[in-house]
Amino acid sequence: MTWLQVLGLIGTWLFTAAVHAEKITIAAASDLKFAMDDIVAIYKQTYPADEVDVIYGSSGKFYAQIQQGAPYDLYFSADIKFAQSLADGGFAASEVKPYAFGRIVLWSGSLDASKMTLERLLDPKITRIAIANPKHAPYGMRAVEALKASGLWDKIESKLVYGENIAHAAQFVQTGNAQIGIIALALAVNTELSSKGGYWLIPDHLHNPLEQGFIVTKRAKGNSAAKRFAEDMDSKAVRAVMVKYGFVLPLKTL
Amino acid sequence: MLTESDVQSLWLTVRLAAIVTALLLLVGTPIAWWLARAKTWWKGPIGAIVALPLVLPPSVLGFYLLLLMGPHGPVGQLTQALGIGLLPFTFWGLVVASVLYSLPFMVQPLQAAFEALGDRPLEVAATLRASPLDAFFTVAVPLAAPGFLTASILTFAHTVGEFGIVLMMGGNLPGITRVASVQIYDHVEALEYTQAHRLAAVMLIFSFLVLLALQVWRSNPKARG
Repeated sequence: MTWLQVLGLIGTWLFTAAVHAEKITIAAASDLKFAMDDIVAIYKQTYPADEVDVIYGSSGKFYAQIQQGAPYDLYFSADIKFAQSLADGGFAASEVKPYAFGRIVLWSGSLDASKMTLERLLDPKITRIAIANPKHAPYGMRAVEALKASGLWDKIESKLVYGENIAHAAQFVQTGNAQIGIIALALAVNTELSSKGGYWLIPDHLHNPLEQGFIVTKRAKGNSAAKRFAEDMDSKAVRAVMVKYGFVLPLKTL
Repeated sequence: MLTESDVQSLWLTVRLAAIVTALLLLVGTPIAWWLARAKTWWKGPIGAIVALPLVLPPSVLGFYLLLLMGPHGPVGQLTQALGIGLLPFTFWGLVVASVLYSLPFMVQPLQAAFEALGDRPLEVAATLRASPLDAFFTVAVPLAAPGFLTASILTFAHTVGEFGIVLMMGGNLPGITRVASVQIYDHVEALEYTQAHRLAAVMLIFSFLVLLALQVWRSNPKARG
């Protein structure tokens, strides 16, 4: 082989992405982190030939990216409003499908949180409370609503630290930098987190519902795998996974 | 045009960058001097360690600083034992993180400037009975002045542009750790693009002017004395 051929080979390797006929990329809100891994596993059992990539992040970021033509085929938003807004803007190839309601919990890595109530946050020993940034993270907004509804906001606002999303808020607690956090039930039921200090479910009458919705994006219009995945969300097995991870399912089937 | 919290984040950024630059002038100068003059074999490993923050992704660095400075980390236990408390979510925590993160931007230009001096000026100073410290301040520093300016401006600019570390360990506290880059990010995430554009424009113009001043100054030999 001449050096030119070698160069050519390296160039080909660098610049060609593997091409698969049935490949889907899913942009999912970070509260789905653990549930979605299971859902993809179920999907792969039925359709082993399909390739599924999942990217976790904040719903707002994905919202902006999809508007700018990001290569996501399905978009699972922690706030159904983002999905609705994309559909209104013509970025969807499906209807907006509500798939779950999220719940928030008090969770600690060092204290037993299972018998805690929100009042416990007043404890002077608790100096840092981690929540997701309420400015853009739906779970953070609901945490603030719950704290306000319970009349604790003014007293504990100075203790709050803000993670980029709930996974980041959980990280603040996990590393011990915050004693307690308000995170998604879907994360708290994960064994790695629940084995630490337990969690306490925050009553859902204290905050607005965390209705979540997904769409198939316009880009995936002709993608049959994306369509299959969307349909699969309605299957018994997937619904069982969602329940297992602490999501409340919409009454009507998807 | 800018909201109160935007202005607050800008001041915080300038304050952080100024403190970090001042501290790094104190910390980075001896390191750069040693790296430029030392003849031992471990000059290489030390130089590599100084350059490491260039390689590590800021969010990764931020995560490990969060672990190290947390209540279970060695640095966190040290600061608690010293009665300082924990560093994450504090302004001084950001200062410490930024000093680490911007270290190569101070040390490398200074090292290059010191190396360019060569041995000759210092040997001459020594024959005139200048002590090494005296020679450093009266001969090396004035001769390396352009290097000091470049290093300071690079450090300042790099700290202004810092984002990942602050996001990871700052906790996004207004007036304490919510610097301009994080504020812009929050605007973008909340789909407040107009606010984001304005703040980004202010930062862009500011940074351009600083870098322009540096370019003009460097290309004008008279100003350099």
